[in-house]
Amino acid sequence: MKHTLVALVQDKPGVLNRVASLFRRRAFNIESLTVGHTDQPHVSRMTIVIDSDNTSAQLVEANLAKLVNVIDIQDVTQQETISRDLALIKVRVDAAGRAEIAQLAEIFRAKIVDVANDSVVVEATGDEDKIDGLVELLRPKGILEMVRTGRIAMVRGNQARKNTNGHYNGNGNGNGHVARDVGVSSV
Amino acid sequence: MPKLAGAQILWECLVREGVDTVFGYPGGAILPSYDAMLQYPIHHVLVRHEQGASHMADGYARASGRVGVCVGTSGPAATNMVTGLATAMMDSIPVVAITGQVGTKVIGSDAFQETDVTGVTLPVTKHNYLVTHVEDLAETIREAFYIARHGRPGPVLIDIPKDVQLAQTEFEYPTHPIHLPNERLLEKYVPQEYFARAAEMIAAAERPVILAGHGILLSGAMDEVMEFAEKTNTPIALTLLGIGGFPAEHPLCLGMMGMHGGVYVNEAIQNADLLLAMGMRFDDRVTGTLKTYSPHSKKIHFEIDPTEINKNVKVDLPLLGDLKESLTKLNPLVRAKRHDAWWEHLRRAMQADPIRDVLDWESPDGLMSEHVVHDIWTATQGDAIVVTDVGQHQMWEVQYYLHNKPHTLITSGGLGTMGFALPAAIGAKFAQPDKEVWVIAGDGGFQMTMAELATIVQEKIKINVAILNNGYLGMVRQWQEFFYDARYCATPIFSPDFAKVADAYGIPGYVVENRDDVMPILDEVRASPGPAVIEFRVKMEDAVYPMVPAGASLHEMIKREKVPQSV
Repeated sequence: MKHTLVALVQDKPGVLNRVASLFRRRAFNIESLTVGHTDQPHVSRMTIVIDSDNTSAQLVEANLAKLVNVIDIQDVTQQETISRDLALIKVRVDAAGRAEIAQLAEIFRAKIVDVANDSVVVEATGDEDKIDGLVELLRPKGILEMVRTGRIAMVRGNQARKNTNGHYNGNGNGNGHVARDVGVSSV
Repeated sequence: MPKLAGAQILWECLVREGVDTVFGYPGGAILPSYDAMLQYPIHHVLVRHEQGASHMADGYARASGRVGVCVGTSGPAATNMVTGLATAMMDSIPVVAITGQVGTKVIGSDAFQETDVTGVTLPVTKHNYLVTHVEDLAETIREAFYIARHGRPGPVLIDIPKDVQLAQTEFEYPTHPIHLPNERLLEKYVPQEYFARAAEMIAAAERPVILAGHGILLSGAMDEVMEFAEKTNTPIALTLLGIGGFPAEHPLCLGMMGMHGGVYVNEAIQNADLLLAMGMRFDDRVTGTLKTYSPHSKKIHFEIDPTEINKNVKVDLPLLGDLKESLTKLNPLVRAKRHDAWWEHLRRAMQADPIRDVLDWESPDGLMSEHVVHDIWTATQGDAIVVTDVGQHQMWEVQYYLHNKPHTLITSGGLGTMGFALPAAIGAKFAQPDKEVWVIAGDGGFQMTMAELATIVQEKIKINVAILNNGYLGMVRQWQEFFYDARYCATPIFSPDFAKVADAYGIPGYVVENRDDVMPILDEVRASPGPAVIEFRVKMEDAVYPMVPAGASLHEMIKREKVPQSV
C-alpha cells in the first residue's frame, strides 16, 4: 500500500540532503519526493510517497520527526486529499499527426505547450493514475522525453498544515540553497 | 554591548555550558579559537590523534553525565574524529565536537585542508551545523549543547569557518528558552490508560523478565528500576551498556543477556511470558535471530526514541518517554508479586550453567584472561572505573568484573570500536579525577591508539593499563576457530614489548606471565602515584563462552566443553 507523508521543513542549506541521507541510510524505499515553497517564508514543503509493503510508514514518520529541521510531519494517507502530479511529455509527431495528439490531450485536459516540426510537448496535470493513462496512450506514438514532478498532496477542507510552532523564530542563516520546486523521483 | 570575535564567543558560550575541559589538537583553520582560549578558564588536553579527542570527550561524558567536548581543525582533524562520533552516536553519548573550517569565501574550492565536514558527519551525528555568520554562533552553540543532552543524547558537531572565528559582533549571551523546529513533534503523550494496561500485564505475568539497557543510566532511573524490580520480584537481565544500571550482586540481577550472556539469562528471556524492555533497543547482539526471539512473551517497551518502537521487535505496549518519569507513574500502580516458581526455576538454571565457569579452574597451560580480570576486580574491590576495548577481553570483563555502581563500566557497545579504551579512559579520568581508572584492553586494540600514552604523561594523570596479550586478534580468531575451521587468516598479531613501550614514555611497565604474580603487581601498581602499563601474557587460544552464533536463536549457545571442578 502506498503512503503519502507531508512534511514542513526549514528552508535552509542542506535540509534536503538530511532527508535524502536519512532514507538512504535507513534503507527506506521512497517512490517519490517533491520539495517546494509554501506560503510561509523559510518553510518548504515535502510530499513523500512510500510503498509501505517494504518500508514502515510509521518508522519513516518517526525518523523524520527526529530531524531538527523538520517542523511538521503527517501521514495523510487516510485523509481526504487532493493529489497531483505534473508531467511534460515530448512526443514524436509530424504535422499530420498533431491533431490526434491534440485530441488525446484534450480528453485528459492536458495542453500542448510547445510545437516543433517533428514533435510536441504535452503538459498534463492530475493524479498519478490519470498521468499514467495518458502516458500509455502516447507511448505508441513515440515519447522522446518525459519529466514528472512526483506527487504533491493537500488535505481537503479547512484543516491546515502550517508551521504551527509559534515559538520557533526561523533565524535562517542564509536560505535559498535548498533545491526548489524540484521533483526528485525514486530517491 | 561589547564586540567579541567568533573565537571568543565560542569560549564564552562553552564556559557558560559548564565546560572546563576540552580534548583537542590545534591546526590552521582553528587557530583563532586556540588563540582566544588562553583568556578563558578552559583546560585543553592535547591529544596525539583526533580520534583520541572524540573518544576522550565520549569517555568524559560517560563517566560524568556531562557533555564531552572535542576540538580540532578542518579536513583531516575532522575526518579523524569521525570514528569517535560514530561511537558516541551508536551509544547515545552527549558530545559536542568543534571543528575549524576553511574561510567561507573558499568553501567548495578544494582549499587546503578542506573537507565537507557536515556532509561527512551527517550520518554519525545527532545534528550538525556549519556556521556561516558570526551572529548565529552563540545561538548555535546553545542549541548544540541542548540537542546533545536532550531526549536521547548524542553527538553534535559545529563546523566554524576561520573567518567566522575572526569576525566580530556584539555579544550578549542569549537567555531565552531554546525552541527547536521539531520540538512539537518530539513531545510524548502517553495516555494514562497505557500505564494501567501495563500494570495489568505485569499483574497477569508469571514469568516476567526486565531487559535493562543504557536508558537506565542515561535517564538516571536506577532507584525507580530498583523499586519496580523489588516490589514485583522481577528478574533483571542487563544489556552490555546497561551494566551498572542495576547492582550486579543484587539477588534479582541475572547478569548480561545476549551473544555472550549467561545461558540461564537467555533461556529466561526465551521462556518469559512478559518482557519489560527498559531503555534498550533489541540490538541483534542481544536478540539472536528475531524469528525465534522470546516467542511466548508479551512485550512492554519503555523507550524515549519513537524510532526504536517496533524497529526490530514488535511490541505489545510502547511507553514512550523518559524512563524515570514513566516508572514514577507506573510504580504506584503495580502490586507486589513473588514469582516463587519462576525464581525456583531460574535458580536451578543458574547453578547448572554458571557464567563464571572457570573461576576456580587452575589452568595447566598458562595465565587465563578470566583470572586476570577476576583479580583486578578483587584488588579494586569492584569499585574502579573500568574502560574496556572491544573483543574477548571486553566480554571477560563483563563476565568476571561485577559492577554494582552506575557509570563504572565504560565500553563501546553499538559500534564496537577497537582503540576506544585508552583515550576513553583519559576522558573518564578527567571527569572523575578521584576515581581509580583501569584500562582493560587486548593487544590488538591497544596498538590502535597507544600513542595516547604520551597524553597521560603530559597531563600527569594516573591510569592503570592492563593489556591482555594473547598474540591474536582474539575474538576474530575465535570466530575463525568456530565458524571457519580454524583457518587463522590475519589474526596472529605481533606486538612490541609493551613494558618497553611504556618505559619509553616514562611509564613503569610490567610483564606478568603467572597467576601468582598478578596480585602483587596489581597491589604495587595501585599503590604507586603514577600510571602503569601491565602486559599480561595470557593463554593464546582461549575462547569466550557461552556464545550465541550470529544468526542463531538466543537459547542455542555454544558452551565450554569441560570445566574441571578443581580446588
